Amino acid sequence: MSYKGKFRVWRGEGGEGRLEDFTVEVNEGEVVLDVIHRLQATQAPDLAVRWNCKAGKCGSCSMEINGKPRLGCMTRMSTFTEDETITVTPMRTFPVIKDLVTDVSYNYQKAREIPSFTPPKDVKPGEYRMQQIDVERSQEFRKCIECFMCNNVCHVIRDHEENKTHFAGPRFLMRIAELDMHPYDVADRKDSAQEDHGLGYCNITKCCTEVCPEHIKITDNALIPMKERVVDRKYDPLVWLGNKIFRR
Amino acid sequence: MTQQTAESPARKQRAQLKVRTLRTDRWWLAPALTFAGLTFFLIYGFWAIFDKSYFVEPYIAPFSSPCLTTACPEGARLFGWAPIGDWFALPPGLIILGLPAGFRFTCYYYRKSYYRSFWLSPPACAVGEPHKKYTGETRLPLVIQNVHRYFFYGAILIGAILSYDAILALIHKPAGLGTWILLINAALIVLYTLSCHSCRHITAGRLNHFSKHPLRYRAWTFVSKLNAKHMQLAWASLFSVMIADFYVRMVAKGVITFPFA
Repeated sequence: MSYKGKFRVWRGEGGEGRLEDFTVEVNEGEVVLDVIHRLQATQAPDLAVRWNCKAGKCGSCSMEINGKPRLGCMTRMSTFTEDETITVTPMRTFPVIKDLVTDVSYNYQKAREIPSFTPPKDVKPGEYRMQQIDVERSQEFRKCIECFMCNNVCHVIRDHEENKTHFAGPRFLMRIAELDMHPYDVADRKDSAQEDHGLGYCNITKCCTEVCPEHIKITDNALIPMKERVVDRKYDPLVWLGNKIFRR
Repeated sequence: MTQQTAESPARKQRAQLKVRTLRTDRWWLAPALTFAGLTFFLIYGFWAIFDKSYFVEPYIAPFSSPCLTTACPEGARLFGWAPIGDWFALPPGLIILGLPAGFRFTCYYYRKSYYRSFWLSPPACAVGEPHKKYTGETRLPLVIQNVHRYFFYGAILIGAILSYDAILALIHKPAGLGTWILLINAALIVLYTLSCHSCRHITAGRLNHFSKHPLRYRAWTFVSKLNAKHMQLAWASLFSVMIADFYVRMVAKGVITFPFA
């Protein structure tokens, strides 16, 4: 069954732009990205939208639909009423290149700032021996498809551009937690998580977890455990004393 | 490091939407309910701490337990003990208030709830916050939130005392409605305490080799299951402690008088 859906879509380059109204055909079983493509094919051939897999696995079509960060390809039209006007805008935290396409290079910059996996010097590749229970915590974080919606929704940088210089965002604080929990990683990541990557800015309001399309429990399983590890290192006198006495 | 303001060139490269949010759902409902729930708890707690009807054999109101001064009725004292003596003239509940209050105040779940509902930082996801500057938990006073684990140790003690009170009530009045209210409250308080993120970290979360510590890993697995329900347990125990406390005070005041009270 088809109907004419009402859409308001952000059009413009750089920060300049406006919301434009469109009426587009919507068919049963479609997702928002399908309708954006129809809009592109029929009414706005120059509409820019980034997409790739259409299966919720590439993380390309991140956008904001009725104000909520969503993947365009995973947002079913059946979740809206037929008379509802659907507003589609680019991610608000990142600079706009054109229309719905944002410049997400902030994320790549932050990724480069994290030292890579650092195994012990005396263990060579092929000699790693780990049990499943030792690595399954980190494996949850490997589900990340890097859609960057967690970084987009995080108010630390969404509402405070000035924090971008010293806050890595939930995606990369999760990466630090993943490496810190790895049985064979020997790099010291606790001090740098707090001092260099801004873990202390996180006030655990869990928006990153709410928007994650892979349902990774970013806050409970990565950010809070990492905060507790930082407390061990920097704020807990008993742990400090225990480490001194038992030379751990 | 270039300091960028809200009107910085980088900020102007973002989509210049002039509204706080484009969300069309009732995003304000959850913070409003949280605000109402927590405010109600604070008002009740303030009244309860200064209310003197906190003991009626064999029940003691949770907000006033343990009772550690000589001003407490003999049956209300913990192990018949009054280590504080008679110099403390304020309500006895004030002596231990800091432990459960500090535990809840620094709890990771409550932090989320009051940052959202009281401080509006942010009020809801993808809704702009009203503050011009944000430093999070990087400096005083909020960096003190990192002491949460010490309040956790104190909360274990409080949970044990409330369980002891409930067991005493069970021994002396097994068919009393108050006994079962105190038992349910003690169970919820203990479960909420054990589901804490700091507890999860202390059991084995800080380890990288679970396989070398199978017992701690099992404890972590158990606490992790509880931890997934931390929010529900936080609210359930918040209301259970208020209900149990209010019930005991009403029995002590003679407002509730039926035979199995």
